[in-house]
Amino acid sequence: MAWVTQTLSSSLGRKVIMSLTGLFLSSFLIIHMAGNLQLFKGDGGRSFNEYTYFMTHNPLIMTVSYLLYSSILVHALMAFILTRYNQSSRPVKYAYSKPEANSDWSSRNMGILGTVLLLFILIHMRTFWYEMHFGSVPMAEYDGKEYKDLYSVVQAAFGELWYVVLYVVCMVALGYHMAHGFQSGFQTLGIRHRKYTPIIESLGKYFFAIIVPAAFASMPIYVYLQVHHFI
Amino acid sequence: MKINLKVWRQKSSNATGKLVEYQLDNVSEDMSFLEMFDVLNDSLTRKGEDPVTFDHDCREGICGMCSMYINGRAHGPQTGATTCQLHMRSFNDGDTIVVEPWRARAFPVIKDLMVDRTAFDRVIQSGGYVSVNTGSAPDANEILIPRSIADEAMDAAACIGCGACVAACKNASAMLFVSAKISQLAILPQGKAEHKERAERMVAQMDSEGFGACSFTGACSVECPKSISLDHIARLNREYLGAQLTTENVQG
Amino acid sequence: MKLESKIPEGPLAEKWARQKFALKLVNPANKRKYDIIVVGTGLAGASAAASLAELGYNVKAFCFQDSPRRAHSIAAQGGINAAKNYQNDGDSVFRLFYDTIKGGDYRAREGNVHRLAEVSVNIIDQCVAQGVPFAREYGGTLANRSFGGAQVSRTFYARGQTGQQLLLGAYSALSRQVANGKVKLYPRTEMLDLVVQDGKARGIVTRNLITGKIESHSGHAVLLCTGGYGNVFYLSTNAMGSNVTAAWRAHKKGAAFANPCFTQIHPTCIPVSGHYQSKLTLMSESLRNDGRVWAPKAKEDAEKIQKGQMKPTDLAEADRDYFLERKYPAFGNLVPRDVASRNAKYVCDEGRGVSKTGLAVYLDFADAIKRDGQKTIEAKYGNLFEMYEKITGENPYELPMMIYPAVHYTMGGLWVDYNLMTSIPGLYALGEANFSDHGANRLGASALMQGLADGYFVIPYTVGDYLATIGPADKIPVDAPVFKEAEEKVTAQINQLISIKGERPVDELHKELGHIMWEYCGMSRNAEGLQIAKQKIQALKKEFWSNVKIMGGPEEMNQALEQASRVADFIELGELMVDDALNRDESCGGHFREEYQTPDGEALRDDANYAYVAAWEFQGENKPELLNKEVLEFENVKLTQRSYK
Repeated sequence: MAWVTQTLSSSLGRKVIMSLTGLFLSSFLIIHMAGNLQLFKGDGGRSFNEYTYFMTHNPLIMTVSYLLYSSILVHALMAFILTRYNQSSRPVKYAYSKPEANSDWSSRNMGILGTVLLLFILIHMRTFWYEMHFGSVPMAEYDGKEYKDLYSVVQAAFGELWYVVLYVVCMVALGYHMAHGFQSGFQTLGIRHRKYTPIIESLGKYFFAIIVPAAFASMPIYVYLQVHHFI
Repeated sequence: MKINLKVWRQKSSNATGKLVEYQLDNVSEDMSFLEMFDVLNDSLTRKGEDPVTFDHDCREGICGMCSMYINGRAHGPQTGATTCQLHMRSFNDGDTIVVEPWRARAFPVIKDLMVDRTAFDRVIQSGGYVSVNTGSAPDANEILIPRSIADEAMDAAACIGCGACVAACKNASAMLFVSAKISQLAILPQGKAEHKERAERMVAQMDSEGFGACSFTGACSVECPKSISLDHIARLNREYLGAQLTTENVQG
Repeated sequence: MKLESKIPEGPLAEKWARQKFALKLVNPANKRKYDIIVVGTGLAGASAAASLAELGYNVKAFCFQDSPRRAHSIAAQGGINAAKNYQNDGDSVFRLFYDTIKGGDYRAREGNVHRLAEVSVNIIDQCVAQGVPFAREYGGTLANRSFGGAQVSRTFYARGQTGQQLLLGAYSALSRQVANGKVKLYPRTEMLDLVVQDGKARGIVTRNLITGKIESHSGHAVLLCTGGYGNVFYLSTNAMGSNVTAAWRAHKKGAAFANPCFTQIHPTCIPVSGHYQSKLTLMSESLRNDGRVWAPKAKEDAEKIQKGQMKPTDLAEADRDYFLERKYPAFGNLVPRDVASRNAKYVCDEGRGVSKTGLAVYLDFADAIKRDGQKTIEAKYGNLFEMYEKITGENPYELPMMIYPAVHYTMGGLWVDYNLMTSIPGLYALGEANFSDHGANRLGASALMQGLADGYFVIPYTVGDYLATIGPADKIPVDAPVFKEAEEKVTAQINQLISIKGERPVDELHKELGHIMWEYCGMSRNAEGLQIAKQKIQALKKEFWSNVKIMGGPEEMNQALEQASRVADFIELGELMVDDALNRDESCGGHFREEYQTPDGEALRDDANYAYVAAWEFQGENKPELLNKEVLEFENVKLTQRSYK
């Protein structure tokens, strides 16, 4: 199996790991966003809570969720290794460099953006995932069946202005991360074609970099406005 | 025009270097950037100071020898051009120009602005060729190559090996250089026979030279004097992955 | 010195085949016992080093650049000729042979040129197999273009970068042999002397350009593939580092130097813009297909243009002199290189030149743009126009281009026999470094052909003959006295150069030499001017050795020192070029002696007295060189006078 470790420890192999985990995480974004859109339903959180229950009890989804957690860890760890490696490739820095003339800011700052996102994920999971699994979440009852009322946790969290602002800022970071990351993932896998690459690029730049983060950001804003009776 | 220069001076590879300021008063805008350096060196020599060492040879943008990082950019502000093709009319009277050597672990400084790029040669030696001995070739027209393929191969083959891609990349990655050769030989029928081994060996050599990984910022292609496309990097990725997954080389 | 050309007997078309059979072979198992030194890694050097290593010889390859891929062959634009006759337009080996002999104004050997034409077809096969991306037709077959001096389409090309692609092909073959361990590369290493013992070449002395270390390398044979000496003119289309040092030092060790005065001037280069100019850039000759060459009729108008008081577009049609069309109605702007160059010089000498320096004429596309539209012109010449604008900052679609002739290629070089061996046994010269195939004028797209022919298909056969004769034991170790002496001599010269500590930077002295050569031994020459040049060069030599200023020391990277050592040799070569030009009382090809012209002002050959190769033999420092003559025999072509009226 020497070839496996050799492949995965080459610069290209490491990028492939980044790409595969990154693209998997991108697909998760869609599912996560679609599910959470139920916050907008205006049914007092019932659909959301039922969806939460499903997500935490379906064995298939539970398996995938562990894959997801490990993807986040591998993606972050590999990013750290690659960043160190890349930095060591230029031990003496330029006294004067003007990279904005040849590349996008986001493409050069994936590490910083990723760090922001990693911190965000930790806060996000502490607020919701940890509470859901290990905290004391009030119960809600629909049609005689007991559900953890995560919706109330959401309302409590998004009722705080600073928390909403944090979310919105992090979603901007997500947008920039995706603007470069999504198409870059395909490039790393060698998927590049005059016909399809423009589609992938648009998907990354518009859907993943703007629509998805905007949808996520709208949730805390909506809940905040709702909790404070602005709407 | 008057030009203020800040030039990296370093006596030898082990010495510590620093930016040194010079002033030139009679610079013509028709001078090439390297001719401006000739004038600087002439005045330094007359003053009894060491002239600035820099690589240059053909001075027409094809040999790939000139290699200056000018005002924060590989080969300076002009795109699609080498340092020797840059002219002083790209600057303004009174400008301060910072000139540094290529910076990369794989390109150690030899002296002043001159760096050692033999890493590129070793990458080519690891597989950047078709294994055909002199005399054993079939008639040239027995290998039919559609025009579009020949054109694409030529786009890649236009690489002059200057190293601007490495210099411009935030990771000092050599992917554009390596991919240009792998891509050229991968799409031509002549190169097909050994395309897998070639990709494996050249990537391994590239890594061992200490070049960084590709972050796909696209800086390399923008600063490349021959504007070589990122398409070739994608093809290299494809070639390498395909090779790693399908060759019978289990030792790695 | 006895010059034996060793051209085999028999009919022209059979000579090479006979020779290949007659040459001794080295047993495959014995090849690894021979070491071959190759100096220079351009087309000739890289192809020779790779091919010899493939055969099993141990090769050491040297270049002064940081990589073999940077040799100046890389800058050749147009293409490479080969008698493939893929276009079915009547080409043949004999026709390529004939065109080359005639283009060279009948000053090349028939045998060599025919062999060149024969192997030209193998070169294309070899390069294609290496992955050289030649231009193709839609169906996938190779494309051809036509070039000056031929009526058939036989030039293969890879956009405007044919030299680059061919060199990278040879470089890849060389790299493969480096990986195989059969070639050891020595980049940034310059040959500074040839070591000769018992009349045979034994090795070389080199300087490591990074550390300044002087080292010896021993081999059974030494191949000089070191290119031409156009930089004797300071300004040329050659790379800054191109030099004559390896060839010149071999010459001083006994290798005859042939026809040094045969230099080629290319008419369409971008003119000099100022005294700081370091290099001239060539623009493809194809521009003359659509551009019209002119200068102002009146000196006064030219002066106004020079001072920037008038634009060329303001000058009325009646005040313009389309001098090529006027003098050569039949060929017009398409006269051969030497004729076009000379006439541009005459116009400028009369004070009618344009540009700030007065050393340029116009190449005007206004009529072509009016006739065919800007789009068509853009499609044909877009990249050239862009290159022109990049360098000059002027838009050639709006203002006429300015052009001036520049030194481009040197047909002269080390004298070699049919086997490419110089007059020193064991020392070979390949490519532009030798004199053999282009006579007094080289046709376009033939330089690449010759470099690769010599390296891929001639030397692998011929060097074996010598090696088999001497045997593997006939080699001298590098600690032998003869190597030590050579090292000491080289070190002494370097120390001497540095110790002068005069007033003048090397570049300035090199420029002065260039001026002398260009003025008196350039596009047209006369006895009186050449005499003046000789005196001036001798004075310059004294000045150089007493007043050159080199900063830095010998044991470090020192570019001024490198240049000084090259310029020292250029000065000596310059004097020999003048001697050669003085000796040749005729005009032929690139050598135009004003005293010898037809009533129409064309080159007038003297076949009765000068149909020979002038091979100069070094007699010692500051002594006149000895002229040896190798008479050229023409059995297959009839010598005719060129006319382009």
